[in-house]
Amino acid sequence: MNRYNRHIILSEIGQKGQDKLTQAKVLVVGAGGLGCPVLQYLTAAGIGTIGIVDFDVVEKSNLQRQVLFGTSSLGKNKAIAAKQRLLDLNDTISIHTYPEKLTHKNVLELFKDYDIIVDGTDNFATRYLINDASIITNKPLVYGAIYKFEGQVAVFNYQNGASYRCLFPTPSKEGAIPNCSEIGVLGVLPGIIGSMQANEVLKIILGLGNILSGKLLCYNALTTQTTTLIIHKVDPDSYRDEIKKVLSKKESFQNSVEELNCNFNPPEISIEDAFKKSNIQFIDVREKDEFPKVDSLNPTYIPLSEFENNLDKIDSKKEKIIFCQSGIRSKKAVSVLQKHHINNSYSIKEGASEILEYINQLHKQQ
Amino acid sequence: MQLTIKYFGLIAEITKRNEEQFEFSGTLINEFLETVYLKYPKLKETHFQVAQNNEIVSKETIITQTEIALLPPFAGG
Repeated sequence: MNRYNRHIILSEIGQKGQDKLTQAKVLVVGAGGLGCPVLQYLTAAGIGTIGIVDFDVVEKSNLQRQVLFGTSSLGKNKAIAAKQRLLDLNDTISIHTYPEKLTHKNVLELFKDYDIIVDGTDNFATRYLINDASIITNKPLVYGAIYKFEGQVAVFNYQNGASYRCLFPTPSKEGAIPNCSEIGVLGVLPGIIGSMQANEVLKIILGLGNILSGKLLCYNALTTQTTTLIIHKVDPDSYRDEIKKVLSKKESFQNSVEELNCNFNPPEISIEDAFKKSNIQFIDVREKDEFPKVDSLNPTYIPLSEFENNLDKIDSKKEKIIFCQSGIRSKKAVSVLQKHHINNSYSIKEGASEILEYINQLHKQQ
Repeated sequence: MQLTIKYFGLIAEITKRNEEQFEFSGTLINEFLETVYLKYPKLKETHFQVAQNNEIVSKETIITQTEIALLPPFAGG
């Protein structure tokens, strides 16, 4: 019996539709709560080429919702761990892993090789980066986002349709809207929202039904209510300057997008430069159960969620070098310190894994 | 006019409800929001988009329908 028999016997799909799926190339950014169900269904459906971008490693607290991973995946890179599981599900497709951060430097090159982009990330800076790069490379973007018990799904930039910036022209200040690791999320919610994203991907490829373009579907898991809001395409030449900026900066995109994405810029420092400073207090603002720990820096542990109530642990006479999993929460922590007029604090651009790698390299050289 | 206002995500947490009724006699959404801010000052600093009758509109739009929704962006994934 053919693996795809239940697709093929649907008259709306047939062998012809299944062949379209085989030829399709989909890039999934983020293999977390949303990325896992998206990847699972796309792999099972026989999408011929799937790319997975994720720099993060699997932690125990991910297993409550990130259904591709098991205890044997703990500590492994998510893109690589996901590929192992997915190839067991379907070894007839190609899966490419990119165990790295999506940045303004690699985004255009990565998007180029795919037909559809799926956003399963967990922060605004990357969401705007993905949106803007989708506009520039002219790829449809299947968007999903979650907050505690609620989710949003939409298809942006589909056949010249509305983009994320037509909905929210400018980013929220990073940290203004907390993410799952800070406030929690109902485990099944990303399963529902991610499955809806996978459904939109299949519809786009198969040319079936009505694509969720120009609309935002809002789902509330507690009330089981859905609300669909209409998003009007904003003319790129019109008053909404942000989109205009993206398009007009097409040529210089690779240099400009980070400044464009974040209006909010607390002092950042690379791990290399951080090590050049003296009289340092390292501060780890991740939650207690987040790994890898960077014990060799002997950091002060103050989770961001408790940061403002623990300012007495900050040594005002030292240079404060703050880090977290990806360099986002640490920025928020620096802005908290600035708010309280505590200066000489910097956010490390790199996440804990990269910091650890850097330290290991240093040891090897010595 | 009696308006129904719907809240999502972080906004619903601030208002502690998913929807409520407001009596309003002005013209623009912006003016209406001032009324809402009086009850929930915290919303003034919150980033959100407005929908009128399930259609995302600018805050300078004239109110012609009785249902307004306040939608914040979500970051999580």
